[in-house]
Amino acid sequence: MGRYIVKRILGAIPILIGVSLILFILLNIVPGDPVALMMKEHISSDVVARVRAQMHLDDPGYVRYFRFLWNALHGDFGMSYKLNRPVASLLLNAFPNTLMLALAAAIFSWIVGIPAGIISVVKKYSFIDYFFMGFALFGVSMPVFWSGLIMQYIFSLKLGWLPAAGFYSPICIIMPAIVLGWSSAGVIARLTRSSLLEVMGNDYIRTARAKGLTEAAVLVHHALKNSFLPVVTIMAIQVASLLSGAVITESIFGVPGIGRIAVNAIQDRDMPLLQGAVLFATFLVIIGNLAADILYSYIDPRIKYD
Amino acid sequence: MALKFKLQKKDSGMKKKKQALKKAQESFLQDLFRAFRKNKLAVLGGVIVILFLIMAIFAPFIVPHDPYAVEIDLQFYEPSSKYLIGTDMFGRDILSRIIYGSRISLIIGLIPTLISMIVGTVLGMIAGYYGGKIDYFIMRLADIVLAFPSLLLSMVVMYTLGASLLNIFIALSVVGWARTARVVRSQTLSLKEKEFVEGARAIGVSKQVILLRHIFPNCVPSLLVLFTLGIPEAIMSEASLSFLGVGAQPPTPSWGLMVYRGKEFIFSAPWVAITPGIAILIIVLAFNFLGDGLRDAMDPYMKQ
Repeated sequence: MGRYIVKRILGAIPILIGVSLILFILLNIVPGDPVALMMKEHISSDVVARVRAQMHLDDPGYVRYFRFLWNALHGDFGMSYKLNRPVASLLLNAFPNTLMLALAAAIFSWIVGIPAGIISVVKKYSFIDYFFMGFALFGVSMPVFWSGLIMQYIFSLKLGWLPAAGFYSPICIIMPAIVLGWSSAGVIARLTRSSLLEVMGNDYIRTARAKGLTEAAVLVHHALKNSFLPVVTIMAIQVASLLSGAVITESIFGVPGIGRIAVNAIQDRDMPLLQGAVLFATFLVIIGNLAADILYSYIDPRIKYD
Repeated sequence: MALKFKLQKKDSGMKKKKQALKKAQESFLQDLFRAFRKNKLAVLGGVIVILFLIMAIFAPFIVPHDPYAVEIDLQFYEPSSKYLIGTDMFGRDILSRIIYGSRISLIIGLIPTLISMIVGTVLGMIAGYYGGKIDYFIMRLADIVLAFPSLLLSMVVMYTLGASLLNIFIALSVVGWARTARVVRSQTLSLKEKEFVEGARAIGVSKQVILLRHIFPNCVPSLLVLFTLGIPEAIMSEASLSFLGVGAQPPTPSWGLMVYRGKEFIFSAPWVAITPGIAILIIVLAFNFLGDGLRDAMDPYMKQ
């Protein structure tokens, strides 16, 4: 077990290096001089040259990449062009907000998705099954930015129950979390249903029924645990989709998180900030996938450490 | 004489075999169609997709108004008989803009998905068939691409290339090929151990021909499902990028952009932002129904 975990963690390192390299290449072939962008006003060319030298922009690409990597490993992601503050501290300030939003969304998706999937199996091919599954597909197909607007329209303007935007009290998290968790809830409901249906076709379920257990006991003691395997994995993999969704949700609801930082950085053409935000988010996804792998092998010992 | 007769007999035998093969292929499609037809949601999805195609192709003939005509005194007309779903902040007819927007969604759904399918299939087959270093390199690249949250990666590409419709093609293709490559690789891995591939190899068929004639046709069913499910994803990504202001630029009638431009007026003129969103929802839902139906129809174990 320990060896497996170490191996997985070591396997993530080349991915992280590749991610940083691709991101660096993509962001540093941008046409235009970042110094000229920073200064905005007309400025003499030797000042530009001096600032360029100060920022080491004239070094060859690979030198700059390795400097970037070295600094990043030491927690230094450079300075934001626009805000003139260290990128790392901006990201660390924003991270708890994103984490809280993503966690609330994930919890919402579990408490909605898992029961919906179970009920769909119990009432297989009934109206309620079709209703839930139709609803799940609806959740997956709904644009996050659109459902966010609809929620704002209904719950803020028409009913006045919740604040439309901002992030000042716990009540503010309700709407963004539901909007963000909606599609995940759909994915989880569909997965719970198909996984549980598969388990219910096994011989040991028939045996359990044959020995006279009630349907509820069969479900609780024999089926559920075995069907949760793929569901648990998807929960960890959710990190990626939640972070992608958070980019939009945070912009709609004015949540000061990583996603909004990335969107603002693009609008301000603030390269170091964008680079830091994307790198940080991708790092979180890699951690999430790693956690999924390890959790999976822990729950299902048949997965051997090849 | 006898020899000639023998040859003729052999020839007709071959013909029979070919016919039988053709019949088997036909019945595969018929089976597929039969299983598919049973799934009412999938049929509904298919019908909506066909309507959507008609709408996109014949857009100029069915729009009631000019989608680009700015009429400031017609600003924020509420839905009425003349403007079925009202007008936007520039007095443009929203229905006409939604109909024109279907062309953009169609192009965005088809072209980047097709590009990423082609790139992913070629790379996946090479990785799976040749193995070794090239396999390692291609698959690590796919791992790296898949590690990024997809929306953020396409945002970065749009940042570098600049916001335009054409660049969305590139951004979505850069993100999209990796998953296809993974699926095709794993299929190639299992197919290349099959007897018919071994047989082809034994009689000296070249690697390229084996890949093209023996491996690729067997990947087509799953590619078809990936393609159908890739279209709504691409449509949604374009809408999201345009909503964030890094996708299509005004006055392009992109559905995502229309929601973005209308969201300021969500409280005073909600129809401006809400109706294009409904269009996105319907088309994405239809493609998902269709793709789900295709997948179930092709999977013999899912059939009841």
